[in-house]
Amino acid sequence: MSSDVPDLPAAAIERVFREQYGRAVAALVRVFGDIDVAEEAVQDAFTAAVERWPSAGLPPSPSGWIITTARNRAIDRLRREASREDKYAQAALVRVRDEPEQEGAVRDDRLRLIFTCCHPALATGAQVALTLRLLGGLTTAEIARAFLVPEPAMARRLVRAKGKIRDAKIPYRIPDEADLPGRRRAVLAVVYLIFNEGHTASSGDRLSREDLCAEAIRLGRLLVELTPDDPEVMGLLALMLLVESRRATRTTPDGDLVLLSEQDRSRWDRGLIGEGQAIVRRCLQRNQPGPYQIQAAIHAVHSDAEAAAATDWRQIVQLYDQLLVVAPGPVVALNRAVAVAEVEGPDAALTLVDGLDLAGHHLFHAIRADLLRRLGRNGEAALAYETAIARVENATEREFLRRRLAALGGPR
Amino acid sequence: MKQYLLSIIQPDGPTPPPAALGKIMHDVGTLMQELKADGSWVFNGGLHPASTATVVRLQDGELLTTDGPFAEGKEHIGGVVVIKAPDLDAALAWARRFARAITLPIEVRPFQQERGG
Repeated sequence: MSSDVPDLPAAAIERVFREQYGRAVAALVRVFGDIDVAEEAVQDAFTAAVERWPSAGLPPSPSGWIITTARNRAIDRLRREASREDKYAQAALVRVRDEPEQEGAVRDDRLRLIFTCCHPALATGAQVALTLRLLGGLTTAEIARAFLVPEPAMARRLVRAKGKIRDAKIPYRIPDEADLPGRRRAVLAVVYLIFNEGHTASSGDRLSREDLCAEAIRLGRLLVELTPDDPEVMGLLALMLLVESRRATRTTPDGDLVLLSEQDRSRWDRGLIGEGQAIVRRCLQRNQPGPYQIQAAIHAVHSDAEAAAATDWRQIVQLYDQLLVVAPGPVVALNRAVAVAEVEGPDAALTLVDGLDLAGHHLFHAIRADLLRRLGRNGEAALAYETAIARVENATEREFLRRRLAALGGPR
Repeated sequence: MKQYLLSIIQPDGPTPPPAALGKIMHDVGTLMQELKADGSWVFNGGLHPASTATVVRLQDGELLTTDGPFAEGKEHIGGVVVIKAPDLDAALAWARRFARAITLPIEVRPFQQERGG
C-alpha cells in the first residue's frame, strides 16, 4: 500500500462491516424476501469493499454503499440463477423494488428482522444463534465458540432455522398490537440470555466471555434505539450496563471469583454505572415497572454504595418484594433471601431459603451453605457446599465453592 | 397463500365422556364454519383410532402389509385440518383456536406446494 492512500487495513473494513451487517442484511431481506440471498449479497459486498476501499477510501455512507452494492450484486447473481430456472431466485427477483433507502425504513427493517429471529416457532437456541448471526454479524464459528458447540453443529442449527423461516413462512414484520407484548418479551429474553451466557458461561472454564456481553449490550442499545417507548427495553439495557460495570473486579488476576461484597469498588466502571443509573432514573419517572427495570434498580442500589457495608439492603429487599409481584418465582425468592440476611440476619434468611423448592439449583445450596456458615453450623455448611459443588457447571464458580468449603476448616 | 396441515395429536385410549365431547364437537363445528366463511378452509376430517391403521411398505422389492400404525406411541394423529394462510403467524392463530376448542395439541406444518389463492 502506497503512502498517499487512506490507511484502511482489512481489520478496519471488517469492523465497519460488522457494525453495518445487521442493517444491511435486514434491508436486503426486505428487498429479496430471503435471508440466504441477503447474507450472500452482503458477503459479496464485503469482498468488493476489501478490493475497493483501500484505494478509494471509506465511502461517505458505508452502510448506504454496502446496501446498494449488495443489492446490485444480488440482482446480478439472481439473474444468472434465474436463467437456470431456479424458482427461489425468480421469486426473489420478482420482489425487488427499486426504491431509495430511507433511514426510517432501514430502522424498521432491523426491528422486523429481530422479531423474525426471535419468533416463538423457533427453539431458543436457534433464536439466539440467528440473532447473533443476522443482527450481530458474528460468524458461525464465533457463535459456535461462544456456546461451546462444534462449528458444524452450529452451522446445522442456523441452516435449519433459516429453512424453517423460509418453508413455514415465518413472517418478516413487526407483530400485531395483540401479539406485541409477548413477542417483545421473547426478544428481550434472547438478548438477556446472550448477556448471561457471556457473564457467567453456563459451563466451561472461563467465567465470562466478554464478546457475548459486549454483543448483548450492543443489541440492547439497538433495541432502545428502535423501540424508545418501551421502559422494559431500557430496563434491560440498564441492567446489563450495571452488571458489566463490575467486570474487572469480579475475578482476581488468577481468574478466581470475587464476591460483590469483597470487590474493589474503586475499580468499577463509573462510565457504565452513570449511564445505567441515568436510565434507571428515567424508568422510575415513567412509573411502568417491569422485571428488567426492577432488577436494574437493585443493581443501581449496589452501585450507589461506596462500600459493601453502606449498601441500602432495606431498599433492596423492597425491590425484591416488587420483583416477586411482577415476576414470581423461586430464584427471585432465593435472591430476596440473600438481601433479607443482611437486614434481619442469616437465621431469618435460612428459614426462607429452606422453604424453596430449588434442590436442583447449585446456587440454592451455595447460599444455604453461606447462611449455615454464618450461623456457625459448619458441619451442615460443609455438606451444603459439597452439594453445590456437585451441581455447579462453571469451573470458576466450582473453584470458588471449593475454597469456601476449605475455609470452613477442621473435620466436620 | 400458503397451505398448512394442522394435525390433532390425540392420546390413544377412550374418548372423553359424552358431555365433554359434546362441547368439543360444538366448539369445533363453530370454528370450522368460521374457517370456511373466512375462505381459509381447504379440508378437514377426523380419523378412526390408530388401531385401525395398516402400513404398506416396499422391502427388498417386495410389498409388505402390516397391521397397526407405522409409529408405536401413546398418541397418534386423530384428525387433520388443511388451511390457507398468508404466513405462519396466521396459521398459528387458527391452530391456537383449535387447540383451545379441542383441548389437544395441534401440530402445524407447511405444505411444499403453494396452491390456490
